[in-house]
Amino acid sequence: MHTTDAVNGANYLTYQGKYKGLLGWIFSTDHKRIGLLYLYSIATMFATGVLLGLAMKFELLAPGKTIMDAQTYNATFTVHGVIMIFMVVVPGLPAVFGNLMLPIMIGAKDVAFPKLNLLSWWLYLTGVVLVLCALLFGSGSPDTGWTFYAPYSFKTGTNLLPAVFGAFVLGFSSILTGLNFLVTIHRLRCPGMKWSKLPLFVWTLYGTAWIQLLATPVVGITLVLVALERLFGVGVFDPALGGDPVLYQHLFWIYSHPAVYIMILPAMGAISEIIPTFSQKHIFGYKAIIASTLAIAFVGYLVWGHHMFTAGMSGTAQYYFSLLTFIVAIPSAIKVFNWISTMYKGSINIQTPFYWAVSFIFVFMVGGLSGLVLGSLATDIYVHDTAFVVAHFHYIVFGGTGFAFFAAMHYWFPKIFGRMYDKAWANIGWLVFTIGFLALYSPMFYLGMMGMPRRYYDYLEEFHGGNILSTIGSWVLVTGFVIIVVNLVRSARKGEPAEVNPWHSRTLEWTVPSPPPVLNFEKEPVIGEKDGPYNYE
Amino acid sequence: MAEHQHAHVEHPDMYDPESSKIGMWLFIFTELLLFGGLFIVYSVYRYMNPDAFHLAAEELNTFIGAFNTVILLVSSMTIAMSTTALQKGHKKVAIALVVITFIIGIGFLVNKYFEWGIKFSHGIWPGSEQMLNEMSQGEILFFGLYFVMTGLHALHIIVGLIIMGFAIRGVANGKVNAKRPSLLDNCGLYWHLVDLIWIFLFPLFYLIH
Repeated sequence: MHTTDAVNGANYLTYQGKYKGLLGWIFSTDHKRIGLLYLYSIATMFATGVLLGLAMKFELLAPGKTIMDAQTYNATFTVHGVIMIFMVVVPGLPAVFGNLMLPIMIGAKDVAFPKLNLLSWWLYLTGVVLVLCALLFGSGSPDTGWTFYAPYSFKTGTNLLPAVFGAFVLGFSSILTGLNFLVTIHRLRCPGMKWSKLPLFVWTLYGTAWIQLLATPVVGITLVLVALERLFGVGVFDPALGGDPVLYQHLFWIYSHPAVYIMILPAMGAISEIIPTFSQKHIFGYKAIIASTLAIAFVGYLVWGHHMFTAGMSGTAQYYFSLLTFIVAIPSAIKVFNWISTMYKGSINIQTPFYWAVSFIFVFMVGGLSGLVLGSLATDIYVHDTAFVVAHFHYIVFGGTGFAFFAAMHYWFPKIFGRMYDKAWANIGWLVFTIGFLALYSPMFYLGMMGMPRRYYDYLEEFHGGNILSTIGSWVLVTGFVIIVVNLVRSARKGEPAEVNPWHSRTLEWTVPSPPPVLNFEKEPVIGEKDGPYNYE
Repeated sequence: MAEHQHAHVEHPDMYDPESSKIGMWLFIFTELLLFGGLFIVYSVYRYMNPDAFHLAAEELNTFIGAFNTVILLVSSMTIAMSTTALQKGHKKVAIALVVITFIIGIGFLVNKYFEWGIKFSHGIWPGSEQMLNEMSQGEILFFGLYFVMTGLHALHIIVGLIIMGFAIRGVANGKVNAKRPSLLDNCGLYWHLVDLIWIFLFPLFYLIH
């Protein structure tokens, strides 16, 4: 019966609702369709961001002007940052895989507020259009960096206002997604789905949702103040009128540091699903992973000052923020130990998602440990604002979240589209991508240590070698990305029909047909006393 | 399953008053943090410019501020009474009480209009000649924050009024009733939030000396 279901098309991909065709998608309140809407829009924005990144690396192929001048370079890294942070990694895993899988994983028909869910996507789209307006119209693309630091943000002559407003709207979209998930997890778990039986991906979405809800409004109001500063000269961040630009940085990072955990927590959750599945073994330290998720969500609020060690801050505050930065690294390390212990003596089934998950652990560890170099006061002074910082956060944000995103994509792909991708090409794509990634970002650690500053379109002759390697890495990475995308797009249409449970997972989404029917379950699942998301033995 | 093919599949009615209430409370948290950011900015600048903030606060009319506080508190009471009336099934009373709340909300905005109007006629608005030439930096910041915070609050009042409009329509056509009261309940919660924020804004700008 499951197979007929997948072939005949009474599933969420093919059903006929109130509207036909495209309208049936963009006005659908089905969480799975909304998840796919997010997937396509985020993938588009990711590709845009990658092209901008490629252009920046090309500029740095040789010292001096290669393809663009300083102003264009400033605009390029600003727009690259705004797109990648606000439109790709922050919504990335929660909005795509959270929407697609969360309700099924807890045995629900949909999220708690399906219409609100659709509104979140429309707000996302509005934010994207606003930011694109900043690029295409007016007096040049924003050049302040994605952080919109005062006083650049109200002194620059570029068309910054739509970008700030767009970031605000994207934040609102993120808040509504978080709110929706929190209520969904609290209210819509199926009978027997106790908190102690929730899959870890759901737990990380829960922690993430709280951060989205409580941190995003702070940056919202900060962006409003920047806009008002620009429009009316309110003076709040303008030193000429008595305002304090450093206060802007505080308010900005009060959101934007927790936002880092919005990016990484669901990534950790996806990895925590994949590793037990491909080890065919119960996750090691289920409760420790939950506790560390909540600890990260909580302590993550209190470390924002480590972005500002050199911006003027009392010694006491510096010690405090440095100490907490070290403390917040502990729960992340706990997770790494748990993943590795899960593999120990497991029956490992090496498949594409597992490759991605293992390489995630590697790049995440490099990113995390280099973060400690930046979190300790003495070394931070030395490498602050150098290419080292760029390498660090790309290892975490792109290496961490990005690798986890591809891992999740290859893991849930057969469930989402009901078809299996070409595994050989998927593995080749992973290999090329990973080699490109390492070649692109590893030299930046070295360049930063040698003193090459970030955010300049030019550099000294002595940095040439490392930059050539890095630029070649960017080409390899993009090649890998193209292989992955072509393989997935082709397979979504023409791949072999997928089984219900190709990886032999134990979570609920693998009990429903691939692709899932519109209402997910024919009858509401009931979780027994002995059942659990990782009961492989 | 085949007969479901190309059939119209509608989502089931997932109404759950508890979910709506939790959702509204979570939204209220975000609103509190939105204003929380502004309260941080206010406290930092008050700490840095105590004298200027004192001087500038003298400019504000405590009577209008106090009057607005009182009517806003009364409006919180009337909207709370309205939700109780709906629970008891008194539809017309419920509607009347929301309408009263609505009118009080308009009254608040009218007072605000005159208050801001007086400031404007004295040449006080963000970026005005008068402010830039004659005021100290602390006073500029005070009035900057005054306009931003009371302005954002007024925006919330307007949003509250719009939600009330929907609540009145819902109760009138029976879609919001004793069994499905969420829209009116949440409207009330939101209005209490708007009230609560004003309870903080009033002493911060008008009373502290």
